[in-house]
Amino acid sequence: MNLVTARDIGKEYQAGEIRVRALVGLSFDIAPASFVSFVGPSGSGKTTLLNLIGCLDTPTSGTLTVADTDVRKLDRRAGARFRGRNIGFIFQDFNLLPVLTVAENIEYPLQLVLELPAAERRRRVRALLAAVEMEPQADKYPDQISGGQKQRVAVARALVGRPKLVLADEPTANLDHQTAMRVIDLMKRMRDEFATTFIFSTHDPKVVGEAEIIHTLEDGRLLKSENGTGGHHAQSV
Amino acid sequence: MHNLFKIALRNLLRYRRRTLLTTSLIAIGVVFVLLFVAVTGSFKNMMIAQTTDSMLGHLQVHRKGYVASIDNLPLNLNLKGEGLAKLEKILDGRPEVEAWSPRIKFGAMFSTFVETTNIRLNGINPARELATVPLLAARLLEGEATLDPGRIWIPELLARGMKVAVGDTVVVVATNQDGSVNGRQLVVAGILESATGPGGRDGYLHIEDAAAILRLTAPETSEVAIRLHDFKRLPAFAAELDVLLAQELNQQGKPIYELHTWEKLSPFYNIARMIEVMTFFVKLMLIAIVLVSIMNVMIMAVYERIREIGTMAAIGTLPGRILAMFMLEGFSLGVVGAAGGGLFGLLLIKLLNLAEISYDFGRQQGLILQAEIAWGELALISLIVVAGAVLASLQPAFKASRLDPIKALRHV
Ligand SMILES: Nc1ncnc2c1ncn2[C@@H]1O[C@H](COP(=O)(O)OP(=O)(O)O)[C@@H](O)[C@H]1O
Ligand SMILES: [Mg+2]
Repeated sequence: MNLVTARDIGKEYQAGEIRVRALVGLSFDIAPASFVSFVGPSGSGKTTLLNLIGCLDTPTSGTLTVADTDVRKLDRRAGARFRGRNIGFIFQDFNLLPVLTVAENIEYPLQLVLELPAAERRRRVRALLAAVEMEPQADKYPDQISGGQKQRVAVARALVGRPKLVLADEPTANLDHQTAMRVIDLMKRMRDEFATTFIFSTHDPKVVGEAEIIHTLEDGRLLKSENGTGGHHAQSV
Repeated sequence: MHNLFKIALRNLLRYRRRTLLTTSLIAIGVVFVLLFVAVTGSFKNMMIAQTTDSMLGHLQVHRKGYVASIDNLPLNLNLKGEGLAKLEKILDGRPEVEAWSPRIKFGAMFSTFVETTNIRLNGINPARELATVPLLAARLLEGEATLDPGRIWIPELLARGMKVAVGDTVVVVATNQDGSVNGRQLVVAGILESATGPGGRDGYLHIEDAAAILRLTAPETSEVAIRLHDFKRLPAFAAELDVLLAQELNQQGKPIYELHTWEKLSPFYNIARMIEVMTFFVKLMLIAIVLVSIMNVMIMAVYERIREIGTMAAIGTLPGRILAMFMLEGFSLGVVGAAGGGLFGLLLIKLLNLAEISYDFGRQQGLILQAEIAWGELALISLIVVAGAVLASLQPAFKASRLDPIKALRHV
C-alpha cells in the first residue's frame, strides 16, 4: 500500500491575467519508509508539489491520496488536524518559534497539536533531543544556536509526533555543504529509526544523490524517476 | 492553554518597548479615570452630604400637594390628626430609619422694634432635628447649638440686613390658618449660614413656640424629614415607603401623603447628575484609548509574525488555538495596563488625601478633599479595560487564525 498516490495531478495559478501551470499531469507513488527527493531548477514546481502532498493546498486536477485520504476532501480545520497527525514539516528557513527554547520547540506539536499528557511529552522530547544530538542546547533559544543546529531541532520537531510522512522543502538550501550533508544524513538515520517516509526537495546536485528515489521536475512536469546512488535502501520505482 | 499563555507572554516580552508603551498608555488612562472619578465623586458626595445633612434629610414626607405650593408655606396643607399619627407609626416601625423630624413651616413678620421684614420659619424639635440633619449645627456661624423654647436661630443675611446679633430680642408675628394674628418675643440664639436649596434661608424656632404662635390646639406638621442609617439604601427604602404611604387614602379616596427623596428637592441633584454624565464620557474615552492602542499593537503583532503563524498553522495548530494565542496577548496587555493603572491610581489618591487639599463650596470654606474610589468602581473600570482589550484583539486574532499557511510561509 502506497503512502502517497498521485494520478495525473495538475496545479494552475491565476496570476492576474496570466494562468501559470505550475504542475502538469504528474503521476507517481511513494511507498512507506522511503527516502525520496524531488529535484529541479528553481521554478520547476517543487514547492507547489510539496504543498500539495503536505495538504496545504489542493490540486486543480487529478487525484492525490495521502495516507488513504483524498486531500481535496479536507477543509481548513480537517486539513490542520490531518497534518498534525500524519505529516511533519521541515522548512528551508528552519522556522523555529523564536520565543520557545529548543526543547519547547520540539514539544510544541505534542502539546498544542496532539495534546499528549506531560509525562509522554517529556519522554518523547528527551528521546528526540538525544537522537538529533541537541541535548546540551535543550534550553537555548533558536537565536543562540547555529543554522545546522536549528535544522536538527526542526527535524526533531517534525518527527516527535510520529508522523507517517516528513516533508522537507529545500531543507539544506541555507546550510553550507558539510552541514547540509549532516542534516541529510540525520534525516536518513531518522527514517531508519522511526520508519518514517521522508520527501525532500532540492536543487543542489551534491545533495540529490543522497536520496534513494529521485524524481526530476522540469517546468512542472515529471521528467524522470530513478534510483539514487546514496541510499542502501534503494527501491525501484 | 497554559502553553499558549506562555507563548503570548513571551511574545509580549519580546517586543518589550512596545509592550511597555502600550500598557503605560492604558495605565495612564486608568489613572486619569480613577482620579477623575475619585475627585468628582468626593465632591459629589460632599455636596449631597451637605444638602441632605444640613437641611433636607434623606427624604421628606408632606401632605399631598404641599411641595407644589411650598413657596407659600400653606398652613392648610399641614398633616394633622390621624394622618400624622399613621405616618408616625409607619416611620417608627421601620428599622432603616435612623431619625425623623417633624417641622411646622410658616411665613411670619420679623421685627426688631426698629425695622420689620419677612421671614420663613421652621418650628422644630431640636433634638430630633439635629438627629435627622446633623450638619445643621455646623451652619451656625454664631451662637449655640441648642434651641430652647423662647429662642430663635435666624439666617445670616437677615441678621446682617437688620443688624441683629446673638442675644437680641426680636418679635415674630404670624397669621394662623383662621386669619387671627399672633406674636411672640424671642431671643436670638444663633445665626445660620445660608445654604443653597429649599429652606436654605429659613430661620428656626422651637416647635412649641411655633404651635403657640399659630394657636394650634392639636399637633400639626408641614414636613417630616427622614434620615436613614444607610444612605445607599435610599432608593430601595423610598420605593417601599412610597408603596406603604400610597395605601393610605382620605375620605375622597385620594392619597394622603407625598414622598420626595432629596434628589427631587435639591437643585444640586442636577449637578450630581452632570458629574455622572461626565464620568460616563471619561470612561468612554478610556475605552477608546484601550481599543485604539490594543488594536494597533495587535495588528502589528500579527503582521510581524506572519511566518510564525504560517509555521504553526502548517504543522497542524488549529485556527482556534492561533486565535486564542493572540487574544491572550491582548488580554494580558489589558490586565497589565489595568493593574498598573489601578495601583498607581490608588497610590495617587492616597497621596492626594495626605496632601489635605482644601477647597470652598458655596459658602462652605476650607473643606478638605477626601478623594475616594469604591472597590466596585475600580473593578468596573478594570473590567472595561480588559474587556476592551479582548474586543480590540478579536479582529487581528481572527485574521491571524484565517491566514493561508502557504501565503504566510512565503511572507518575508
Ligand atoms: N501563488 C502563486 N501564484 C502564481 N504563480 C505561482 C504561485 N506559486 C508558485 N507559482 C509559480 O509556479 C511555478 C512553480 O513554483 P514553485 O513551486 O515555487 O517552484 P520551485 O519550488 O521549484 O522553485 C513558478 O513558475 C512560480 O512562479
Ligand atoms: Mg521552492
